[in-house]
Amino acid sequence: MTARRIIPCLDVKDGRVVKGVKFVGHTDMGDAAELAARYRDAGADELVFYDITASPEGRTLDYGWIKDIARLLDIPFCVAGGIRSVDQAARCLDHGADKVSINSPALERPELIADMAARLGSQCVVVGVDSRLEDGEWVVHKYTGDPDARRHAGKRTLDWLDEAQNLGAGEIVLNCIDQDGVRKGYDIAQLSAARARLTIPLIASGGAGAPEHFRDVFEQADVSGALAASVFHTGAIAIPDLKRYLADQGLEMRI
Amino acid sequence: MEVAVIAYGAGNVASVQFALERLGATVRLTDDPAVIAEAERVILPGVGAAGYAMSRLTELGLVEPIRAFSRPLLGVCLGQQLLFGRSEEGEGEGVDLLDLIPGTVTRLEPAGDLPVPHMGWSRLTRDRDDPLLEGVADGAYAYFVHGFVCPDGPATLARADYGGVVPAMVRSANRWGCQFHPERSAEAGATILKNFLGLSC
Repeated sequence: MTARRIIPCLDVKDGRVVKGVKFVGHTDMGDAAELAARYRDAGADELVFYDITASPEGRTLDYGWIKDIARLLDIPFCVAGGIRSVDQAARCLDHGADKVSINSPALERPELIADMAARLGSQCVVVGVDSRLEDGEWVVHKYTGDPDARRHAGKRTLDWLDEAQNLGAGEIVLNCIDQDGVRKGYDIAQLSAARARLTIPLIASGGAGAPEHFRDVFEQADVSGALAASVFHTGAIAIPDLKRYLADQGLEMRI
Repeated sequence: MEVAVIAYGAGNVASVQFALERLGATVRLTDDPAVIAEAERVILPGVGAAGYAMSRLTELGLVEPIRAFSRPLLGVCLGQQLLFGRSEEGEGEGVDLLDLIPGTVTRLEPAGDLPVPHMGWSRLTRDRDDPLLEGVADGAYAYFVHGFVCPDGPATLARADYGGVVPAMVRSANRWGCQFHPERSAEAGATILKNFLGLSC
């Protein structure tokens, strides 16, 4: 078995960690490297660094920054934002990242998933999916880092999950954007549906506000990990307390 | 403490390098057969496909130097799998590996519909004592990412349970393997790497 993973996500803009409610009105939350060290010490099981402005503005990752993080961390981490080619993904890994997450570029060119899996291995290919309920259906959105650039991707979420998995994705992060930043709990229904469709690991994202939300998403949606940002960055939930609570609830946690 | 890390274009070289540097080691990244042959100790990292990794090792003329290496050698993740005879991975009949430990690497098919790849933190259960496991608590967590699994046999030093037995560490004479990523396995991983650096050559 694996322990359920607690994954702080550091949304990065200009080298600083930010997290906005519903992705609008960003608030600066701190230095990325400082936060990385803090989360490592607190017992985070993995970290995600997401350059939220990279995709809308067509920017690419600052690879030196990946190296700084990699020197520091002895837990796995994933980088995301602006990765549009296999070569870029390979360079992220060469600089010490364990995984790369692709979102909008995979929607535009799904074969990028297959190309990355063939060259780098599925284990490092994470596909991030931003999804919301519209007219009774879960649908994919893209470019969610910037409200002006956000648009409907023209795909049903569960169809896209199948496609991404078949192309060679090694893990899915399903970000339920109706829940993002509002701290009312993960979207159990959507995540359960996604879990039932996938054979690869699934990570829940969007909605964490209380320790019970983590318990519910692990127990009810059977996800491998739960990602959250603001509740950790603001100190509203301390990771050691959270992991102890979840272990007391009978979940396997790395403590 | 000097260690050569084989950089052959199929590995998580930087993260292994940084982990060793955190322990005070001098790391030499190399794809030079002569450097490897002369090294005090060697780490063979690896992620991705076994076929691609073996074709890279072959192109670089590294298969024989690795096979002939008589000082401590540690294969990490795919690097552990490469120590075995064959892998089912890839099209058709699979791929020949370094053949330092007998057996075939097979597709991971865990019971209970667990997700594949096996990705995350699993407990290590010790099968027998070994210098590399010195100071590592039985049941310590290590970080795994793999979709293929090594055969369980006399070489197994420690196991993980993931819907079946996962040989997590193996050893045959001077060759060790970790299926998990010690460079990403917090204290337990650091202890194992430190023990590897401390092995007498």
